[in-house]
Amino acid sequence: MTTSTVDVAVIGAGPAGLAAAISAKESGAKNVIVLDRNSWLGGILPQCIHDGFGVIETGSSMTGPEYAQMYINMAEKQKITLLCETMVLSFDKNLTITAVNKNGLQKIKTKSIILSMGCRERTRWFAMIPGDRPSGIFTAGVAQAFINLYNIMPGKNILILGSGDVGLIMARRLKFEGANVLGVVEILPFPSGLPRNVVQCLDDYDTPLYLNHTVTYIQGRERLESVTIAQIDKNRKVIPGTERKIKCDTLLLSLGLIPENELAGNTGINIDNTTGGPIVNQFLETSLPGVFACGNCLQVYDLVDELSSDAKRAGANAAQKKNLKTEKTIKINPGKGVRYVVPQLITVPGKTHFSLRVIKPEESKRIIINSGGKEVFSKKLAWVNPANMISFDAEIPNEILEKEQDLEVCLA
Amino acid sequence: MTNEKKITCIVCPIGCKILTKTDGTHFEVLNGNKCKRGVEYARNEALDPRRMLTTTVLVKNGKWPLVSVKSTKPVPKQKIFEVLKEIKKITLAAPVTSGQVVLENAAGTKIDIVSTKTITKIKK
Repeated sequence: MTTSTVDVAVIGAGPAGLAAAISAKESGAKNVIVLDRNSWLGGILPQCIHDGFGVIETGSSMTGPEYAQMYINMAEKQKITLLCETMVLSFDKNLTITAVNKNGLQKIKTKSIILSMGCRERTRWFAMIPGDRPSGIFTAGVAQAFINLYNIMPGKNILILGSGDVGLIMARRLKFEGANVLGVVEILPFPSGLPRNVVQCLDDYDTPLYLNHTVTYIQGRERLESVTIAQIDKNRKVIPGTERKIKCDTLLLSLGLIPENELAGNTGINIDNTTGGPIVNQFLETSLPGVFACGNCLQVYDLVDELSSDAKRAGANAAQKKNLKTEKTIKINPGKGVRYVVPQLITVPGKTHFSLRVIKPEESKRIIINSGGKEVFSKKLAWVNPANMISFDAEIPNEILEKEQDLEVCLA
Repeated sequence: MTNEKKITCIVCPIGCKILTKTDGTHFEVLNGNKCKRGVEYARNEALDPRRMLTTTVLVKNGKWPLVSVKSTKPVPKQKIFEVLKEIKKITLAAPVTSGQVVLENAAGTKIDIVSTKTITKIKK
């Protein structure tokens, strides 16, 4: 067993981990280490070959691999230790990490930990689709890795369930590679992915989008042979007589992402049931002091620019954790029309960065922060959409914290 | 020939369905847009729709079997599959450096295709 001591240890070398590590180093941490179980850096980005990354941050539209390389170069320049093929098994309340790699067991003692483990994809079992268990059913991200990294086509006649961004982007990618994309099936009355992806990935290639539809049966002996889809009513009940059998050899699932937080959960860090990520305060510090969270394991982002910007705050705070004082703690609860709010806790007054998601698409709304029925912040929005995360800064006055009264963020 | 076309605006997520009329050179918005930006978007979409093109190219003796590539400029929409067909014919030998020109003047568009990833050569 090898034992080492660092100032900041980052778990996960995706865009969040890299941005946090660079920021920690820039903020004064001397020894920064990034651990990743894969053999490469950049997390999911090397397989996201489409463009649209970094538009807000750099002013130009980069592809996933280019965006990742920009951060890898910065991390190398900052002399951050980047350790691939290293799997973190656990960490304890004294901030000692146990990891394993080809050199055996590693004990890493650190002053701060940054969690940036990203997400997993939801599988067939999340949607509880009945039927056979043939081959030919993949999550959209796995199919993306097959096509973009390993040069393997997952199938020929392909149906996609779920209209999340990865599913939409795969619909176009599969067309480019000569597959027959039969359609995208979405249970909600509106697409889950960004509007530009609906237009540029489906409409451009006349790929049908079946809203208010779901998959009701999967059939196939060895390989997938057909998928039954049906229209649903307002209560998500199948409307009898609308069932339709679609012959296909491949079903891709784009059902959303689940933050990967087994490590955090096992250490007793409090998890938000809605986001699936750790509960954090305005410093992005979790319920275990010295442990910070960022990236998709904190909340699922739609733009990497915003993810990196938040991750940099986590990194800077992890490096300067001595200066982080907690005064009093108040909760931030999601109210009407709001699904979740990050941070979930506030421990100091002043300018606070919030991000949230709404429940359904609406026009001309206001985001309001209430303290005991009194409005303390309000922001007008021309439109809101669950696919677009909303973020803003709000000033939290000292007297609110003094009162120790919880805040509510709602839509009006 | 006059052509009426419904365009979904992607300038903002309201996603106005803008009904446009064009004969290839003249352009007119009939209805559907809620703001001025929608007119500009619809004009480009009706007269000269273009898209950034990203795909992959085969690599021999590389650490990975593929390298990701992109068009240096948005490609006219109706040329996309022609460009893809030309890209599919290419096989590169590792190493490939990010930014390297993979194909010049793809399908006569005067647009180049460049790599977006570095693929190192495999050690034998």
